[in-house]
Amino acid sequence: MRKAGKQTWMYENYLYLNSTGTAVGPKEAEGPLADTFDISHDKLHCEEANWELAERRLMSESIDVCLSKANMSKDQIDLFLAGDLLNQNVTSNYVARSLSIPFLCMFGACSTSMETLAVGSALIDAGFANHVIAAVSSHNATAERQFRYPTEYGGQKPKTATSTVTGAGAALVSKVKSEIRIECATIGRVMDYGTKDPFDMGSAMAPAAYDTIKTHFEDTGRKPEDYDLIVTGDLSGVGSVILKDMLKEDGYTIDQLYNDCGLMVYNSDQQVFAGGSGCACSAVVTYGHLVQALKEGRYNKIFVVATGALMSPTMVQQKETIPTIAHGVVLMRSEGGGQ
Amino acid sequence: MSEKFNQQQYDKTVKEYQPKPSLIGNCLRAFLVGGSICLLGQFLTGLYMDLFNMTEREAGNPTVTTLILLSALLTGFGVYDKIAQFAGAGSAVPVTGFANSITSAALEHKSEGLVLGVATNLFKLAGSVIVFGVVAAYIVGIIRYVFQAIM
Repeated sequence: MRKAGKQTWMYENYLYLNSTGTAVGPKEAEGPLADTFDISHDKLHCEEANWELAERRLMSESIDVCLSKANMSKDQIDLFLAGDLLNQNVTSNYVARSLSIPFLCMFGACSTSMETLAVGSALIDAGFANHVIAAVSSHNATAERQFRYPTEYGGQKPKTATSTVTGAGAALVSKVKSEIRIECATIGRVMDYGTKDPFDMGSAMAPAAYDTIKTHFEDTGRKPEDYDLIVTGDLSGVGSVILKDMLKEDGYTIDQLYNDCGLMVYNSDQQVFAGGSGCACSAVVTYGHLVQALKEGRYNKIFVVATGALMSPTMVQQKETIPTIAHGVVLMRSEGGGQ
Repeated sequence: MSEKFNQQQYDKTVKEYQPKPSLIGNCLRAFLVGGSICLLGQFLTGLYMDLFNMTEREAGNPTVTTLILLSALLTGFGVYDKIAQFAGAGSAVPVTGFANSITSAALEHKSEGLVLGVATNLFKLAGSVIVFGVVAAYIVGIIRYVFQAIM
């Protein structure tokens, strides 16, 4: 049975995360997870002429690293799944232009990291592809320009705001055995609890994470204790507390085994308001730190729930509320480790 | 789903989870930074009056120009947005805030070219200030005219 309950995909084949690649900007490289990133840039421009090129470079680099770690070339890849935050997903589409791998572009805002991983795995499970690369990117300055104000504009942000992570993460998935297995995924529903503040995505996205996590437990019959870590993408200091309380109301206590990528990626003194956000937030933490922790045996089984706010500045100005979504993927140490 | 996080009252429920802006602190910081900018302006006016024998009225324009130049430079060096995060309205209300909104938009859209990038987007943020400034001046002008005609 591939489908469990309402929204969960149990992969029938044993699928593996063969390698990952991460590239980040300067602020992330000063954070507590600096050692877990493959490539770090010390300038936000990443030696490119503009912000959009910088983001594209980050995604290309993460894919290059991912491929070289697995000793594979791009013509051995059957499918490339990618997404980012920019209009028309330009980063992904323009990176795909130079890769010449069959390509499906995806958008789930900051949930795209797990969306691409879940869908890529499903396509391998069903036999439509053997090797898939899933990648996402975000850049602080491109996101500021698109969703907020010019980078240097002096507008005071509230404490509930988040800081978009500059970076990109890529993962190579196949049936070839490796240390980390992709076991199942829970696909989220779009939730809208009526919040309107684009400077408080944590409050807006907490219900989406709640719904996906709760549904995952119901679909699989599992309990929080079945995982060593349940981690959300970018709920920040505000949303992560709301999520814990929402789940508690339903009898799920996750306090001891919960964390949020947006809180893990920066130090508390880095002036990032409530925490990090963006597609790359969950991607660089999962494909860097969390994958490393699984390989080292610090965790056996983790549930990564990437959260996304699906609004645009136009919708916000038209006084619409913010729809949100969360997709979760279960990663575990494979029995017997790598080949 | 419990009553507490009911979809209808969610927006109210989560208020207690959101850190509050400190009103007094923000006012105090805005007063200090905004006041300092005005003090600098006053100093510049005095300087122009002394150095170039200008009247107070004549010294007004070079004072504003100097403040705009300083703000544009600080924006370019990436400092003004950091001051603004601290100062809030204190750095947004004075003429320096207006200069920052124009300079930051120009910098941001430089990559799209001089005409469609910089020139088109220059007043992206400042445009509303100009529109409402002109509209307000028009209304006040009419009121003044009517009063003068009656009295």
